Amino acid sequence: MSGSRSGDWTAGQETIVYQSCAACGSVQYFHRRFCSTCGAPDPAEQRASGEGTVYATSLVCRAATPETRAHVPYNIVLVDAAEGFRMMAHGDNDLAIGDRVTVRFAPFAGRLVPHFAKAKS
Amino acid sequence: MSYITGVGLTAYGRHEGSSTLDLMSEAAGMAIADAGLKRAEIDGILCGYSTVSPHIMLATVFAEHFGIRPSYAHAVQVGGATGLAMTMLAHQLVEAGIVRHVLVVSGENRLTGQSRDASILALAQVGHPDYEVPLGPTIPAYYGLVASRYMHEYGVTQEDLAEFAVLMRANACTHPGAQFRDAITVADVMASKPVAMPLKLLDCCPVSDGGVAFIVSREPTGETGVRVKGCAQAHTHQHVTAMPALNKLGAEIAIAKAKAAAGVAISDVRYAAVYDSFTITLAMLLEDLGLAGRGEAAARVRAGHFGRDGAMPLNTHGGLLSYGHCGVGGAMAHLVETQLQMTARAEKRQVRDASLALLHGDGGVLSSHVSMFLERVR
Repeated sequence: MSGSRSGDWTAGQETIVYQSCAACGSVQYFHRRFCSTCGAPDPAEQRASGEGTVYATSLVCRAATPETRAHVPYNIVLVDAAEGFRMMAHGDNDLAIGDRVTVRFAPFAGRLVPHFAKAKS
Repeated sequence: MSYITGVGLTAYGRHEGSSTLDLMSEAAGMAIADAGLKRAEIDGILCGYSTVSPHIMLATVFAEHFGIRPSYAHAVQVGGATGLAMTMLAHQLVEAGIVRHVLVVSGENRLTGQSRDASILALAQVGHPDYEVPLGPTIPAYYGLVASRYMHEYGVTQEDLAEFAVLMRANACTHPGAQFRDAITVADVMASKPVAMPLKLLDCCPVSDGGVAFIVSREPTGETGVRVKGCAQAHTHQHVTAMPALNKLGAEIAIAKAKAAAGVAISDVRYAAVYDSFTITLAMLLEDLGLAGRGEAAARVRAGHFGRDGAMPLNTHGGLLSYGHCGVGGAMAHLVETQLQMTARAEKRQVRDASLALLHGDGGVLSSHVSMFLERVR
């Protein structure tokens, strides 16, 4: 479903990458070979700052595989990144909606995933 | 014009030793008999999918197994919205004169045919394969995320959500085919095991075996006609990460188009059949559809508004939450119950007036929506 791209956390790198469209200015998180807003080709890849605000949280207490069950409970969060896109990640269990957060990368079920904690202000 | 002329529904729960095709066949036979038709009169088949027995041509696999040779047949896949999406398509096929009697059928041995972990894992794959699934989310977690946000924006509490589980269970207690028939309280829901907070076990529908079918025909075959008055869909996203703001979800878009197509207002509706995979799903959809004000659905449950004797009876068979959820068939049971109510055949669950019904289905994570109005005609 995805085209070729430089490494981000989905490829084992400790970065979050998004795309921005030179034609219409839209940003998108899921990688595509085009802008999903206007259709223009080759949106530019950008490295995100890792800063954002918590949009939603769900503490998973019942997992479906042995690998993920070892981590229970773990907090799935949606974060609105400072750059204007939304992403799913892990977060500290005490995060609340509206918290300003910063990312690090943590091991989960055999790979590194983005994990947000409250930003130190 | 199209009419729901016959319905068939098995009990939901455990059907040890029954395959997907067994459950589909049982329900199809019931629906054809209920419509007063012969197998050979069925010239169209629409079916859903089975996660236990995936096949790229399930409709023809079923047609061969069941022993009919339709002039139109294929499967449809829109997650939990599949049942109503098939009904909408059947309605359009019949109206277009392409077929006369469409069998809409689904069944799955989802409970006994695979482990619960396998079910949960299969369903979690509706998430994005690169950006979501590696994080270990589950379907309850996708809806848990939505619930946390909805509760935050509209002041809904976990106790509010629990009311919907209690109501669906109370309804299921009056249906012999329901998977769960022991009454529960708000305290029971609150004390149930955490699954994906804020959702706990009793906020979640079960995994079930079951089969369900109905016939969509060009003319009524019985004394009371149940007519498709209007329907519409809306699809805003697939993944929860890409979900629009809570006040821009597909349910509001679909219901607005369906109201226009049917020429009715919400105040005309006498019976509601609304998708209830989780308590949050039901709460949100009732409010998105305009059956309650924003953040007010739970108060309406407490006031008896959605009870069998209330102003807007809702999922009187117990819904996905307590009648059960066998995949595509889960929400088709809502339509079967609606047809039984509209034809005064709902036995001790019968409501006073089901002359106009609103049905709504949701697939994915509030991704795909189908709204439909059914009207009783003589």
